[in-house]
Amino acid sequence: MTAFGGWHMPLQYKGILTEHLHTRAKAGLFDVSHMGELLVQGPAALGELDRLLTCRLDDLQPGRCRYGFLLREDGGILDDLIVFRTGAESWMLCVNAATTGRDARWVAEHLEGAAFRDASAETAKLDLQGPLADAVMRDLMPQAVGLERFHFREGSIRGIDVLASRTGYTGEPGFELFFSAEAAEALWDLLIELPDVQPAGLGARDTLRLEKGYPLYGSDIDEEHNPIEAGLERFVCREKDFIGRDALPAAGATRRVLTGFVCSGRRSARAHYRIYAADSPREADVSGPGPKAAGGGPVGQVTSGTFSPSLKRAIGLGYVDRAFAEDGRAIVLRGGGAAVRATITSPPFVG
Amino acid sequence: MTPKDLKYSKEHEWARIEGDEAVVGITDYAQEELGDITFVETPEKGASVKQSEVFATIESVKAASDIYAPLSGAIVETNEALEEHPEVINESPYEKGWICRIRLADAGEAENLMSAEGYEKYLEGLED
Repeated sequence: MTAFGGWHMPLQYKGILTEHLHTRAKAGLFDVSHMGELLVQGPAALGELDRLLTCRLDDLQPGRCRYGFLLREDGGILDDLIVFRTGAESWMLCVNAATTGRDARWVAEHLEGAAFRDASAETAKLDLQGPLADAVMRDLMPQAVGLERFHFREGSIRGIDVLASRTGYTGEPGFELFFSAEAAEALWDLLIELPDVQPAGLGARDTLRLEKGYPLYGSDIDEEHNPIEAGLERFVCREKDFIGRDALPAAGATRRVLTGFVCSGRRSARAHYRIYAADSPREADVSGPGPKAAGGGPVGQVTSGTFSPSLKRAIGLGYVDRAFAEDGRAIVLRGGGAAVRATITSPPFVG
Repeated sequence: MTPKDLKYSKEHEWARIEGDEAVVGITDYAQEELGDITFVETPEKGASVKQSEVFATIESVKAASDIYAPLSGAIVETNEALEEHPEVINESPYEKGWICRIRLADAGEAENLMSAEGYEKYLEGLED
């Protein structure tokens, strides 16, 4: 168990590698009830949420959801989230655990006509992810089978009311299941009994998302970075007005951009390692002290790094000078007394 | 079960003493704490190591850990299987997961290590 965002969470059950590989092969079940669910309601909700979120909302029909950001006035990212349109005038924001409180206050403060409720404490969430997730749902909630990505349906599993969305953080087909916290143990027990379903913890959740290049709030994106820098401008709709829009740089106009790398071997580079060009004039010997600042300084910094169980080598994300951030460029990652060779690679790294 | 024929350090390394050489590795407790091992860095053959000093690094998915030499000497062999399959340490920490073989500088240093019984008592103390 480990502490995460104010919660006591399972890092692993049987082992990170086995849980990761099982999720890619069959179906992993993640207890992510620590995440937040914020409800916004009323005729003013669409317009008011539209001013808070970077993604377009007016074309989102009930039963559809979309990924986007809450920004500060200066364009810094307060959170990444998925917004669900549950009805003509009702919306749910699924936000990160560590930022739930801050997001709730921000949204509540900025709403005027719309009603707001933080439903996090009474809502449980289990993610069922993997190629066999559909087969599992066929028996339990057939109306969820065949849903397209970013569509959801409300129904029930064995009498428990569930909102099942075709979304997830692993890159596998699967579902995010939202339901009443009172039924959490019952639904968990029910799903775990199924032969193809294995529990998976935060450790596997991290290796799975990193293999796909999905950013993690607090590591790869945070208030000090905007979506343009993070290479995520496709989730920003500039045609409408929202808080932070006017502070955002033009597409491609930031000094650095978030990109990925694959290491030469199994040794991982960790967050905060500095990224150097491998062919920089002073980078003659990887085991040496490293180049001096002038002419051979760092071209970036690692934000996430781990071992990829699918590739059997280390991977990661980091902010790199745009001019340098081309696929195939050779880099050296330095930190913690280590020097790791890697190659710039746009994610996803797998699949 | 803690193998009876080995000696143990407080940092959870073991040594199997064979005359003037010793084979060393990490204990079952250590591999359990580390989780899935993804990378092992060992010293070069011929390098000299000192008792209680860092001589290797073991990485698991989440973090890198320093490994301390249980005895001083010169590295005469390293377990090359660990390069492609470091998870062998998780599966078989006392046998297939051996890390290196050391030609001992001072066999007397073994007195600084614990017996299997002593290590088991030590582990119980940690759990409190």
